[in-house]
Amino acid sequence: MMSTTIEGVPPDPMLERRELIQQVAHKTLKRRMLRSRVVVGLCGFALLLALIPLFAILFSLVQKGLRWWSIDFFTKTPQFPSLLYPNDVGGIANALIGSLVIDTLAAVIAIPIGVVTGLFLAESDGQLANALRMTAEIMTGLPSILLGIFAYQMLVIGFHEWGIKLPGIGFAGIAGSFALGILMIPIIIKASENALRSVPFTIREAALALGARNGVVSRKVVIPTALPGLITAVLLALSRAVGETAPILWVIGASTVVTWNPLHEMASMPLQIFQSSTSPYTSLRAETWGIALTLVIIVLFLNLGSRLLAAWLRRERR
Amino acid sequence: MPDPLLAERGKLFSVKSDWAYLLILYGVSGLFALICVVFLISVIVSSIPAWRHSGLSILYGRTWSQATDSFGALPIIVGTLLTTAIALVLAIPIGIGSALAIVHVLPGRARIFASSLVELLAAVPSVVYGLWGLLVLAPWFEKTVEPDLADITNGHWPFNPPFEGVGVLLAGCVLFVMILPMIVALSRDAISVVPNDQFEGALSVGATKWQVLRSVVLPAARTGIVGAVTLATARALGETVAVAMVIGLNPLFPHSLFSTASTLASTIALQFQDATPLQVAALGALAVILMAMTAIVNWIGRRLIQRSGAQAQFG
Repeated sequence: MMSTTIEGVPPDPMLERRELIQQVAHKTLKRRMLRSRVVVGLCGFALLLALIPLFAILFSLVQKGLRWWSIDFFTKTPQFPSLLYPNDVGGIANALIGSLVIDTLAAVIAIPIGVVTGLFLAESDGQLANALRMTAEIMTGLPSILLGIFAYQMLVIGFHEWGIKLPGIGFAGIAGSFALGILMIPIIIKASENALRSVPFTIREAALALGARNGVVSRKVVIPTALPGLITAVLLALSRAVGETAPILWVIGASTVVTWNPLHEMASMPLQIFQSSTSPYTSLRAETWGIALTLVIIVLFLNLGSRLLAAWLRRERR
Repeated sequence: MPDPLLAERGKLFSVKSDWAYLLILYGVSGLFALICVVFLISVIVSSIPAWRHSGLSILYGRTWSQATDSFGALPIIVGTLLTTAIALVLAIPIGIGSALAIVHVLPGRARIFASSLVELLAAVPSVVYGLWGLLVLAPWFEKTVEPDLADITNGHWPFNPPFEGVGVLLAGCVLFVMILPMIVALSRDAISVVPNDQFEGALSVGATKWQVLRSVVLPAARTGIVGAVTLATARALGETVAVAMVIGLNPLFPHSLFSTASTLASTIALQFQDATPLQVAALGALAVILMAMTAIVNWIGRRLIQRSGAQAQFG
């Protein structure tokens, strides 16, 4: 460690400095290691702390929600508890079917627009595409309640004010599909752009070299290759839309009967949770956990399913 | 007998010229742009009667009352900012700490596992967070947390009674849980793109792990982390249903962390029913304020994340 001094030669300042640094580093090693361990431990603790709410929520859901699951729960419509039967609150058939119809229609609206716009963004790098990309990104970040206001203005009261009489104007499931569809579009655009961009350019060039036009290349080569990614994109957007309450809050009405017709007032699971959670009836409040458990399982199924499906399709192809 | 390969090739060549393809691409993208423009105009137009009624005093007025049609949104804006601030104060250290732990502390398998758990937390619908806050956290806050906190300051500011469970603090905590996965996932991405040789280089000259994290990794990932926090801020500002369930809607200035208050989005959600056309317009004005706030914050966040090179995985 010691630098040796040769007689007649002045000591090297670099060496002296290095020696000083080594001494300080050695002296402070214990302190530094201790501090490092403490901080790294704190980081691990933070992660633990971050995961507590997840387990707390899942625990509450299973503990309080599972006992509501029965045939009646899924096949009956809600009813107010009476004095004689305070625990008889019916089921959620209306909300299940309402969610199914509204979300399917939303997907039908959103998938073509989202995927084609994603294709446009993946194919083009011009000013127009950049502006659209920015718009889509800002749209994804906007609070979803704004879409509810939009749907209310356009579909629930809009056509009335303009004197146009159409079926399904007023509170209707279709207005909820409209709001949720617009919520899904930018999510699908972003994810499908990424999926379509990841198609290797060599494959496109091979198709182009055979004389195929751009449209054919997109339709027959790019989209089929990117299909796993596109499916993931759609399912992820759908898993987000299924759980959204704010956009449909004031546009779908709140029906308590089972209906498959989206031009009528409908019910929906998130909305039912929102409304029953502040109900004065204890049993209705408790039943909310059953609905929430159902909703969370559907959402997680879509969310995890999309990833697993994409992974499976990718492996299948190889 | 025609050669099937040849027939296939013929089909490829005989497809009509590209204009149909371009028409579809431009047409559908144009439709999306049109929807966005109509959306923007519709929300702004819906609020015009309110601006005509109250003028700019909507922005700085101190009373919000539907009964007297007075629309001053200042208490509501303060409530929005306060709940967001509480959420951020809790989420920034815990979120960045978790991200560091995921990338640089956990071994391979556990890293993937912890990452997917955090993403699971992001997938839970907001109404379920609201339900959990209202039915589980609120009673616990009322009986245990709030009295304990009040003991610290002897019941003085900012922890003055009454203890109601629902209120600013609970809303902030629920928001904290909701924005945490976003901060963790985005800053994890930013931290993991820091080149490994920088990390190892710093270790090899004798720095401890924390010294490396503090003076090499965090500065390199700074832009991405700030972007993550910015996007989370936008999410917290605009969160509607969960906050509406736990804030106890009360359009007054919050006097303590326990008092009920209201936020822009939750006011829109809860006062829409039974609103007269003028009141709907006033809620539309709140929506315009909210849209401006979140769009600006979002735009800044996206820019930062783009610049940091980490891909935004969250919508």
